[in-house]
Amino acid sequence: MQKKSLTQEELSRRWENIRRNWYKFSRNPLSITGLVMICIILFFTIFAPFVSPYPESAGKFINFYEASQPPSLNHLCGTDAFGRDILTRIFFGCRYSLIMGVTVLLLIVPVGVVLGLIAGYHRGSWLEIVIMRITDIFIAVPPLILALAVCSVLTPSIFNAMLAISIAWWPWYTRLVYGIASSLKEEFFVKSAEVTGANKMYILFREILLNCISPILTKMSLDMGWIILIGSSLSFVGLGAQPPTPDLGSMVADGSKYLPDQWWISVFPAFAIMLIVLSFNLFGDGIRDTLGVERG
Amino acid sequence: MGRTIKFIAKRLAFSVFVLVGLSILIFVIARVMPGNPARMALGARAPEWVVERLREEMHLNEPLYVQYYYWAKGALHGNFGISLVTRRSVANDIKAFFPASLELALYAGIFMGIIGIVLGTISGWYANTWVDNLVRIISYMGIVTPSFVFAIFFVLIFSYVLEILPTIGRLTPGVVPPPSVTGVITFDALITGRFDVFFDALKHLLLPAISLAMGPLSQEARITRASLVDNVQKDYIASERSCGIPERTIMFKYLLKPSLIPTITIYGLDFASILGNAFLVELIFNWPGLSRYGMNAMLQKDLNAITAVVLVLGLVFIIANIVVDLTVGYLDPRIGLGTERSSE
Repeated sequence: MQKKSLTQEELSRRWENIRRNWYKFSRNPLSITGLVMICIILFFTIFAPFVSPYPESAGKFINFYEASQPPSLNHLCGTDAFGRDILTRIFFGCRYSLIMGVTVLLLIVPVGVVLGLIAGYHRGSWLEIVIMRITDIFIAVPPLILALAVCSVLTPSIFNAMLAISIAWWPWYTRLVYGIASSLKEEFFVKSAEVTGANKMYILFREILLNCISPILTKMSLDMGWIILIGSSLSFVGLGAQPPTPDLGSMVADGSKYLPDQWWISVFPAFAIMLIVLSFNLFGDGIRDTLGVERG
Repeated sequence: MGRTIKFIAKRLAFSVFVLVGLSILIFVIARVMPGNPARMALGARAPEWVVERLREEMHLNEPLYVQYYYWAKGALHGNFGISLVTRRSVANDIKAFFPASLELALYAGIFMGIIGIVLGTISGWYANTWVDNLVRIISYMGIVTPSFVFAIFFVLIFSYVLEILPTIGRLTPGVVPPPSVTGVITFDALITGRFDVFFDALKHLLLPAISLAMGPLSQEARITRASLVDNVQKDYIASERSCGIPERTIMFKYLLKPSLIPTITIYGLDFASILGNAFLVELIFNWPGLSRYGMNAMLQKDLNAITAVVLVLGLVFIIANIVVDLTVGYLDPRIGLGTERSSE
């Protein structure tokens, strides 16, 4: 089992693999739509300070002369009660949503996956029992309720909101990987690695983990949308990002006070949330079909 | 039958374990909060010795496991302590607010099941036609829209623009509520024969329940469609067709039952999203339920109330999951009630 250096042949084989997957992915117009939408969103969020019409609206900014204006050519999505441009705040709000999604995934995927690997590989031992029963306890509360509860005892901030979502969300990765790892454990390639005396780390991370990658990637791309959704729910009730930070959920909440006359304050941020979640869902579905992961 | 009872007993024992674990989890989360709960309850102007006495009373000076012991002892007797904000017994508050939430969750659950399955069946039956595409687009939109956004859109459309449905509370002010038998107004009204009240309550329920159900029902529709389309291609359907069994019979008698298994398996998860989103939707519709109570408790850091609400809703979720497992076991004898449900 010595480590092989990447030969020319190996490289070209990997390239071929990527090319094939891309072909499969690109055959589905919906997946491509998702990908294109994500790229557009990424463009506008990364370059938000340059492409947004009124970058100063993102921070502490008040302009009562232009307060509560309906959508017009000057303010495509109108302005809020403080006279801040809503389109600008949506660009910056998407930024926080994306950062939140990525951060939460970076926090929970390693933890969840490693715990799942350990529990699955040690099926039948006390390690499995401890890990999986703790997972069961976390899964016994609807995730949004757990996230709300954790958030509420901490000081509301965008970082604590991420922490709360992570606490509520990691068990799903443990479950997913546990299911695969515990069935792979009996496969011949794992057995043969065991017999040849491979070290446990090697078996867990090279043999078993590599075979879990497709479902994990699929789940991650779909979860991006869910995490953003939960994050917006937290900030909707004021437990997420605090003003004046632009955040889609809290923008919807602020605007709902001015319904129905100033509908644009909450409706456009709501559309923005839907658009982000939609694009990640389309993209995630495409990844799932490409990698051949079962639905569910 | 014996197997079913054994299964239920096993699940109940497991649920007790999960509940104890959950209570420890929530308790620890609630107690690691920075700040002094006694001070928070009494306000900034209370003298130090009063705060100290309340801390003594609440056992806040003891180590965490001793605090948990006192709390758990009370909880087992149905005593969740005193709300730090309203100074009322949390248990009584929960009793007062629970039926409204239960009613909402129940109707949302029914909408989600019926509409989701009907849409999914239509979509699967007319697969790849315009009907199917329409349903798929609608269900996609349903999945990606947070339910608080649905709630706000519905308030905007039905209450301000069309002005046909009420968006606040459980009954029109002035309507005398029926005598409380179950606490669920629609049931009480039916039991006492007050049909006007029943329809009034139903009208109030419609928007919040549908806001809650939209996301999950779209999920159900998608899953139902996918499994119908899968099952149509199976050999047994072809053999039934070749025997000349009418399409309708095949559909309703042979195809639907196995196709609903995945739908019902995820019903539990979807119910979780209803319970969670109720926290926001009840707030928007000013629905006097447990979730709104819990939400207010969370916003005011009312520890005893938060712990109790989360625990009660956890219990509801656990019961819902047992019901789901029993139903799946009934629909698919192969799964067998003894084995654990495969992970999602």
